[in-house]
Amino acid sequence: MTITASKFQSLELRGVGRSFGGVDALVGLDLTVRAGEFIALLGPSGCGKSTALNCLAGLLPLTHGQILVDGTRVDTVAAENRDFGMVFQNYALFPHLTVERNIAFGLQMRKVPKAELKRRVAEAIALVKLEQHATKLPGQLSGGQQQRVAIARAVVMEPRLVLMDEPLSNLDAKLRLEMRTEIRRLHQSLGLTTIYVTHDQEEALSMADRLVVLREGRVQQIGTPEELHNHPANWHVADFMGYRNLVDLDVVSVDGPNVTVAGNGVTLHGTAVGAVTPGTAVRAAIRPEDLVVVSPSLPVRGGNTAKATVSVVEYHGREFAVGVTTPGGQLLHVRSDHAPAVGSTVELTADPARVLVYPLALTGAAALSDEENELLEVRR
Amino acid sequence: MSSATAGRPHGRTRSTASLRHRLAERGIDVSLLMLLPALVVAIGLFVYPFSYGIGLTFQPTPATQEQWGGGVLANYLAFFKDPFVFNSVWLTMRLALPAALFNVLASVPMAFKLRKRFRGKKLLTTLLVLPITLGTVLTAQGLLIFAGRQGWLNRFLIQIGVIHDPLPLVNNYVGVFLSLVISGFPFAFLLISSYLSGIDPSIEAAAKTMGAGWGQRFRRVVLPLLAPGLATTFILTFVLAFSVFPSARLVGDASGATRVMALMAYRAFGEQTDYPMASTIALMMGVVELLVIALVLLWRSFLYKGSTGGKG
Amino acid sequence: MATQTVVTPGVDPAPAKKVKPRDAARVPGERSLVASPTTWVVWAATAAFFVLLIGILVSVVVDSFGKSWFRGWLPESWSSSWYTSAWDRFGMTQIIGVTLGVAAAVIVVSVVVGVPAAYLLARRNFPFKRAVTLLFLLPVLMPPITYGIPLATVMYNLDLSRTLTAVILVNLVPSVPFVIMTMTPFIEQINPAIESAARMSGARMRQVFTKILFPLLVPGVLASSILVLVRTVGMFDLTFLVSGPGTDTLVVAIYRAMTAAGGGEARQLISAMAVVYTATMMVILIVALRFVSPTQLVARVRESRED
Repeated sequence: MTITASKFQSLELRGVGRSFGGVDALVGLDLTVRAGEFIALLGPSGCGKSTALNCLAGLLPLTHGQILVDGTRVDTVAAENRDFGMVFQNYALFPHLTVERNIAFGLQMRKVPKAELKRRVAEAIALVKLEQHATKLPGQLSGGQQQRVAIARAVVMEPRLVLMDEPLSNLDAKLRLEMRTEIRRLHQSLGLTTIYVTHDQEEALSMADRLVVLREGRVQQIGTPEELHNHPANWHVADFMGYRNLVDLDVVSVDGPNVTVAGNGVTLHGTAVGAVTPGTAVRAAIRPEDLVVVSPSLPVRGGNTAKATVSVVEYHGREFAVGVTTPGGQLLHVRSDHAPAVGSTVELTADPARVLVYPLALTGAAALSDEENELLEVRR
Repeated sequence: MSSATAGRPHGRTRSTASLRHRLAERGIDVSLLMLLPALVVAIGLFVYPFSYGIGLTFQPTPATQEQWGGGVLANYLAFFKDPFVFNSVWLTMRLALPAALFNVLASVPMAFKLRKRFRGKKLLTTLLVLPITLGTVLTAQGLLIFAGRQGWLNRFLIQIGVIHDPLPLVNNYVGVFLSLVISGFPFAFLLISSYLSGIDPSIEAAAKTMGAGWGQRFRRVVLPLLAPGLATTFILTFVLAFSVFPSARLVGDASGATRVMALMAYRAFGEQTDYPMASTIALMMGVVELLVIALVLLWRSFLYKGSTGGKG
Repeated sequence: MATQTVVTPGVDPAPAKKVKPRDAARVPGERSLVASPTTWVVWAATAAFFVLLIGILVSVVVDSFGKSWFRGWLPESWSSSWYTSAWDRFGMTQIIGVTLGVAAAVIVVSVVVGVPAAYLLARRNFPFKRAVTLLFLLPVLMPPITYGIPLATVMYNLDLSRTLTAVILVNLVPSVPFVIMTMTPFIEQINPAIESAARMSGARMRQVFTKILFPLLVPGVLASSILVLVRTVGMFDLTFLVSGPGTDTLVVAIYRAMTAAGGGEARQLISAMAVVYTATMMVILIVALRFVSPTQLVARVRESRED
């Protein structure tokens, strides 16, 4: 293996921002990327993650801030001279060039000697296991194969940084899982530094070393997958991280991080994230996995208990995903180790440590995005 | 430069906010020069002559001024007052509107029937390209020979006993109309076919599953979707028919029923060398044509609003 | 997610629509043997159209090869002498040379001038873009004679009339916008990310154009060149206004022969010329269609008309 990433110590984004005609698409992104890191930019569509990536690539000029590699500014350098590789969402292969020549294109632009070019192209093709397809045109390849060509085209340049813009979003579910592993394998074996844009939280959590969650152009949280999974910074991030149960309640009492919240005939003990005071309206976020139907093997935890009526039961392999309705009319997603009858009343419980209580109002971002509104509408 | 700004890690540093950068943000940079040659052509060969022509219309020849008076407006007075000239507007419309309408309306059922796959479809499409190769002049020559008094068409009709005397099919209105159909119909058909193929068949299938019959599907689903295409096709075939000139002269009755505006304009230009009057007629042609186009577009937007309102 | 729905109350799938009895009588996929009256009308109209079309074409061809055809179904004797005499009398070599030369010049200039403009319109936003688009659209929408007469007057004033330059210049007026209008949607459908990808691979703007864009544009350029060729060879109105002896294209020469003072030339001479014209056009189209599929041609035209 001779393809390796040319190294740098750190890549720094300082207050990077981009506005389009007065509309801010990205505001004040501060991030330091260490060499060899895999960073995922995560967020719903229109959150500014692709803008961030294009700014980094040099395809979009910045309107604010700067980008530095080892202390040297690169945001004033043209895209073609930044020495970054990029994998595009719809592959963007050159349709008139064969797989080989697609991969060789960048090396030709850099005037790499013929013998070396041949060797490196062959290596890159072997790396993504496309030896049999080397002389085919992109139109003759399947989606997964085209994506592998796109990756080979980016890594053959031995770029300082690989940028990936939702590279798996056009593939079917099974292939996506395989390519996920493949990208992660390439990242580790070549020691690449990767910035990966996705809207799929599962993808981001499973691949990245660190995640940057964006919403409406603003960073919501930066952290490791574990931090984001277990301790979302606000209810937007929680919502995005799979906390499907968001319940609006009022604070009854506060005792350090432990809070008791109630409303609509439900009382819950939870953990506060952020400042809450008694009497204020809050939003409690609970993952479906953490809200379970009480059974002999799943006893009541921390005194948290609530009654609800079963409306939908889905089989999920080892357990059952159950949709229940609270007496107050709230629809909740819970898990159960048995299949309760539709229409029956069940008792729910959740560990107070896994009931996260957030202040309703967010700092900075006020209104809901269109997508969030749509989600709320569907849930109602 | 990096040392100068690196000291301020936060805050809104305008890193590349030079004038050039800000202009580029608004889409103004060197690459706009790529537009320059086309603009030179458009302005030099279209805008300038056109404005010059408009100016000419206000510089009538002494002869025109003497005959019609009105000073600088003499050309316009002549245009509206001289029945010989003004009637040509009516004569042109009487040819171009029915011809364009016929071409579009006849194309719709044909395009529908020929939408499905069948043997010989490719041959038929190829044959439809044929009139492009004929051109107006050969069409005119062919019509004179084929549909003339001694032509095969009349000869055949007499032979089978449908008629006794040859039908007057050329050197009149019918001749020009036929030549407009021959040149305009394939064009209209190909356009409407491609508009029709752009309508997703599953939309119609969806209407079918909801119980819509053939007529309902056509009226409620296909027609509203096709309407913009129909309007565009009508406009383009109308433009073709409106500027008819060689065929009006060759297979028409150039001094009578097919004395169209283009012919009048050319007469003033080529035969009388009265450039101001020629420009006036040409300009009025443009005005009349744009009026018709505007009406069609108005109808289209009205129909569009009407159909969505009905559904809502 | 491998979720399997066990119970979904309330989401009862609507019962499948009952097949209508009329359709049920017919096996799906099978067509009825007796066509409907509308089908008959359509086919009859199509047949009538083609009878007229073929009749026109064949009668001109027959006429051009016939000697003394005044009455009767066919000429009394056959000869190809009309072609040789038409060739000499009208200087057909010269006329065909002018026609093809003008067409070639118009194509080259329109493509060179039009394609960069189309690229800009397809890819970029700039002030007054709508006005510029309208400016390019107008000459295609206006009847040629509307702007042709003032333009010809300008040519006369510049002492350019009856020159090849004038013939080429007037033909540029509809051709450049035509190339722009056909190429803009063609460029739009090329994924801009491909250009970005080339830049990320280290290609400069010039290399992006020569190595990536140009090869991708070739089919579109060919298609619009062919359309310009057909339009220019067939363009009567504009050419007629500025051409003269020695610079007439084929259509104009035929028209002049048909309308020449004193009753015009012998009908068969004109038929011979018309056949030469049609044959030239057919050769052009056949050669052209080897490079570009007609569907692509139509599709491009259609898209260009939509804006």
